[in-house]
Amino acid sequence: MITDTATAVSAQLSTETSVIYAGDYLNKLTGEQIEYECRRRIDAGCTDLIVNFSKTELVNSIGISILLGVIDIAEKNGAKVAFSDVNETTVELFDMLGLTKHVNIV
Amino acid sequence: MLHEHKLIHAFGALAELGQEITNRNNFQETIRTSLHLLSGALGIRRGAVARYSRFGHELNMLAVRGLGEDFPLSLLLTGEDERQFLSNGMAPIDIGEAQVLPFFQVHNVSFDQRRLELFVPLVVRDEIVGAIFLGEKATGEIYTSYDKEIICAMGQHIGVAIAQRNLMAEIERHSEENRRLFDEMRSTYHDTVKAFAAAIDCKDKYTEGHSVRVGKFSEIIAAELGWGTEEVEGAAVAGYLHDVGKLTVERKIINAPYRINAKESAELNKHPAVGYEILQPIHHPYTDVPLAAKYHHERLDGRGYPDGLYDREIPYIAKIVNLADSFDAMTTDRPYKARRPANDVVEDLTRNAGKQFSPEIVTAFLSGMLKELKGEDRTKRFRRLLGRDYMEAEGLATKVKYALNELAPTTPMTYIAAAGSVGSQTN
Repeated sequence: MITDTATAVSAQLSTETSVIYAGDYLNKLTGEQIEYECRRRIDAGCTDLIVNFSKTELVNSIGISILLGVIDIAEKNGAKVAFSDVNETTVELFDMLGLTKHVNIV
Repeated sequence: MLHEHKLIHAFGALAELGQEITNRNNFQETIRTSLHLLSGALGIRRGAVARYSRFGHELNMLAVRGLGEDFPLSLLLTGEDERQFLSNGMAPIDIGEAQVLPFFQVHNVSFDQRRLELFVPLVVRDEIVGAIFLGEKATGEIYTSYDKEIICAMGQHIGVAIAQRNLMAEIERHSEENRRLFDEMRSTYHDTVKAFAAAIDCKDKYTEGHSVRVGKFSEIIAAELGWGTEEVEGAAVAGYLHDVGKLTVERKIINAPYRINAKESAELNKHPAVGYEILQPIHHPYTDVPLAAKYHHERLDGRGYPDGLYDREIPYIAKIVNLADSFDAMTTDRPYKARRPANDVVEDLTRNAGKQFSPEIVTAFLSGMLKELKGEDRTKRFRRLLGRDYMEAEGLATKVKYALNELAPTTPMTYIAAAGSVGSQTN
């Protein structure tokens, strides 16, 4: 069952798995909210984070930095991160900057 | 191809950084965004931006990412570190190869644990303004010379942002200091003026406190005329100092317990011009103060002194002080004359409006008095100066209202009636 959260950037699939929607938040300073949400989910027992890019057309440098923050939080807490619904251009960018060495693209 | 993509991505980050630094007002957010842009441009996993304090010789962290909560928020530099960083300029320093400097020796373990690889001193106009710490890249590759050029270019932007902020803080500090000094000077000026007023009043035992009261009445008038704070202060100062010329008049003339003769009167009447001579060389914050002293005995009908000026020739401030001075003379006991009842004084002011006094100024003064009589103004300005009993004279409020109506008709009905009476006189 999908449960909406108050922050409207994530949904919980189960205790262990959460989906974080990158949306438009990612490319601005407000994208730090996504990091906080990941931390909150991990603290609540989540071990698998899925960052969904279905509504994200482009990812800029701020977005990359925030995603690196998400990866860092997950690695430090033994959680796994996967990126889903990523368009081809963004996958190339992730490859180029080394993000794909730390996450699975699904 | 990959190199081109990297270049385009980094160029985008550099452009955004430039925009961020010129547009944003919140310094903390600018620095946080700058660190994001730099990290995201090259896929750097962790880092920090610090500002250098010249006074504490320390780097204080402004933004930190991925270095853990126990990363020190402040790092000391030695004189040797400062010299080396200054001569190095903004070129990124490989932390692993810079162990000769005390800074890296002291923090070696901490930097190693966090896998910090690069240190970039931010040098602007030959001054260290801050530094950037950068960890490993997400690709796991070492930093290339191309990466370092990008870092250097972005570092320059961040350095300028910090330098600008420092400059603004310095300007604010100076501005605050100037404001404080200005307030102190103003306070000193006002204290000096009051001391002068007291000195003037000391000379005349019968009119003790006259200058101070004239200052306060002038202040009331200016406030009632809707003047700004500084102008009201100026009017008060003009009142305090209007009789400064009396300092040169013989005490026996000033204190004569009788009506003085023509010769003595001529001597006394020099005091406005003498006052002007005394006050003119002083740089007052309010330019009209000397003029108020010189012309406060002029009358609208040209029968005043020293120059027999007519209405429009008399400086406005002098008209204010003239009314304040005359009002105080009428409402205080003199050696040869007791103070006059309040109702009489109001009548006198009304009768002489347009002859001795400016009707506009009489109106402002009486309006202030009426507000207090009606309880609309609770500052008790008049009561403090004239005494409670004096202000509670029977029928005073009605008298003032009547006087104000005579001076400035306020309703169409009154206005038409007045116009009619003018018409009948003409016929």
